[in-house]
Amino acid sequence: MAVVTNPQVDKGSIEKGVNYSTRVDKVGGRVQTVRTIRITAAVMLAFLLLIPVFWMGATAFKVRADAIATPPKIVFKPTLEGLIFLFTDRSVLNQARSKRLKARINELNWYERIALEGGQQITGPSEYVTRLRNSVIIAGSSTILAVALGLLAAYAFSRFKVKGESDLLFFILSTRMLPPVVVTIPIFIMYTKFGLHDTHIGLILLYTVFNLSLTVWLLKGFMDEIPREYEDAAMVDGYTRMQAFRKVVLPQAITGIAATTVFSLIFAWNEYAFALMLTSEKARTAPPTIPTIMGRGGMEWGTIAAGSLGFLIPVVIVTFALRQYLLRGVTFGAIRQ
Amino acid sequence: MAQIELKQVAKKFGDVYAVQPMDLTIQDGEFVALLGPSGCGKTTTLRMISGLEAVSSGQILIDGQDVTWNHPSARDIAFVFQFFALYPHMTVRQNIAFTLEAQKVPKAQVEKRVFDVARLLQIEHLLRLRPKALSGGDRQRVTLARALVRHPKAFLMDEPLGALDADFRATMRAEIKRLHLAQHATTVYVTHDQIEAMAMSDRIVIMSNARVQQIGTPAQVYYDPANLFVARFIGSPGMNLVKGRYTNGMVQLPGANQLPLPERWQAAIANQLSSEDVVLGFRPEAAKISADGVLNTQVYASALHGAYAMLHLALDGEKGETMTHVRAAKNTIYPIGTPLRFDLDPQMVRFFDPKTELALTLA
Repeated sequence: MAVVTNPQVDKGSIEKGVNYSTRVDKVGGRVQTVRTIRITAAVMLAFLLLIPVFWMGATAFKVRADAIATPPKIVFKPTLEGLIFLFTDRSVLNQARSKRLKARINELNWYERIALEGGQQITGPSEYVTRLRNSVIIAGSSTILAVALGLLAAYAFSRFKVKGESDLLFFILSTRMLPPVVVTIPIFIMYTKFGLHDTHIGLILLYTVFNLSLTVWLLKGFMDEIPREYEDAAMVDGYTRMQAFRKVVLPQAITGIAATTVFSLIFAWNEYAFALMLTSEKARTAPPTIPTIMGRGGMEWGTIAAGSLGFLIPVVIVTFALRQYLLRGVTFGAIRQ
Repeated sequence: MAQIELKQVAKKFGDVYAVQPMDLTIQDGEFVALLGPSGCGKTTTLRMISGLEAVSSGQILIDGQDVTWNHPSARDIAFVFQFFALYPHMTVRQNIAFTLEAQKVPKAQVEKRVFDVARLLQIEHLLRLRPKALSGGDRQRVTLARALVRHPKAFLMDEPLGALDADFRATMRAEIKRLHLAQHATTVYVTHDQIEAMAMSDRIVIMSNARVQQIGTPAQVYYDPANLFVARFIGSPGMNLVKGRYTNGMVQLPGANQLPLPERWQAAIANQLSSEDVVLGFRPEAAKISADGVLNTQVYASALHGAYAMLHLALDGEKGETMTHVRAAKNTIYPIGTPLRFDLDPQMVRFFDPKTELALTLA
């Protein structure tokens, strides 16, 4: 008897392949339409949300005339003026001085020339870099501290019988219930008395304490999700509880740690009110600095935009570095790992 | 391997006993099952032996050495968890080697021992994989490998087969039993599955309501249950238990049935029974259906179990309140309602005092 092949089967396997799911709920027409609509909506939303960022990025490279032009210029001649102004202190030149300076233009280096085109003379470096460095130090240290302490507290709350556990947890959460601005003045007075005013350590302490309530609660949720049996296994395998915590619990809590880190970092990085009140020179961070740029030589939109852009970059880097953990992490363990 | 001794070990949660004070000696190389319904305290007992749970009172000795307050890591025992507890962020090789690293075993030796145990359990091809990629049976093998690799003093297993499919469970049961024999491994095995306990153990500790009900070999707990709980719990169905009254050498049973008391029980019943009430116990296979049997019943239902048929017989006729299970030949059909007579094998009859629930014993 002749061997008969089913042409339908052949055609199907050649044209479509069989590597993807053929479940009805994944390939049905309605499902695909819904998916298309969802993706379109997501792309549009992302576009909409990125307009301010794009605007900021563009403005950072515009000369002042372009920055305030109406209608706004989408196409423009990029300039480094904003960046140079950001990193320098300058004095505004009157016509006579400007003319004199232009005469010896060959003696100037490239950034001085660009400043001159904007009608300003560079007098020295600005404080922006110091302030940004302060931000990195303060936000970074307080985040590491808050997450590290939060991890230990969350582990203890999750695993041990703590006397008055729910009261303690509520107390920790209650520190978030008061708007922080309300306590700015008392803290200001406390800090001046204790000599913590305008110190790195002062702000690090404050941000750590504020973030602890967040980290303890978030991380406790993640810890509760990790079965105790893993530590039990590690302990009978010959490890102490602390070793078990380090070698078995921490690696599994990594998504939670990543999500918590990003949340605390963003809070500490963006904090404005306390930074403004509790620092003046030495420990001042970037957020209170950027608005002060406005004061010099009129509204230097390019400089402000460049400053904001620089302020954005560190958070973007951290978030990007942790992105593979975040998607699972921010669902707060709703999905079983 | 080692001997494990529990001396008056108890666990209290608040005012409630999770484990009433118990004594148990597990001999070197012995396989002991802790058997009981859920919540009876068997897992708590196992966790106390491992040190994962602190005792409320009593002493635990391993090889004569008091380890009651030793950290789990200092007891040199291996624990096999019901849900495997394989570290998800490590490969199978790292999982198995993890315990050796804690003991600071030299690297070359770790490699060798991991490979040896992997070969023993036929999981060499899985060493590079993560636990997530393994089937339930393979995960179980890896947990066993993790326990075996360190040559511990004893193995503690908490329902290790509970998470497996039914047919695969039988295979793993045999594998664990063979490993136990080959390694001469002192093993304490927690299960709620009596078939598992009967099939694998040298001795069974039956627990209920935080209390040890009986400690004995599988045959002992099956044929000579110490009390009504064990009689009901062991066997499927459990022992037939029929309430009756003892008068003049006869046990009066429901449905005007009378069972002449086997001679060797006369003294025991006279001495040990606190009143006239008595509970007669017999296994389904102790009954012999015959036309002139002493017990008169009616067929209530019949179920073919394959190799034999299980008859549900009502001693009190149609009312069906006193039901007994009796084994019968598979090829005879007993329609419902058929009157039936049967005898009891005098060797396999047991008696219980309904007041104390304890079995009567022959002197």
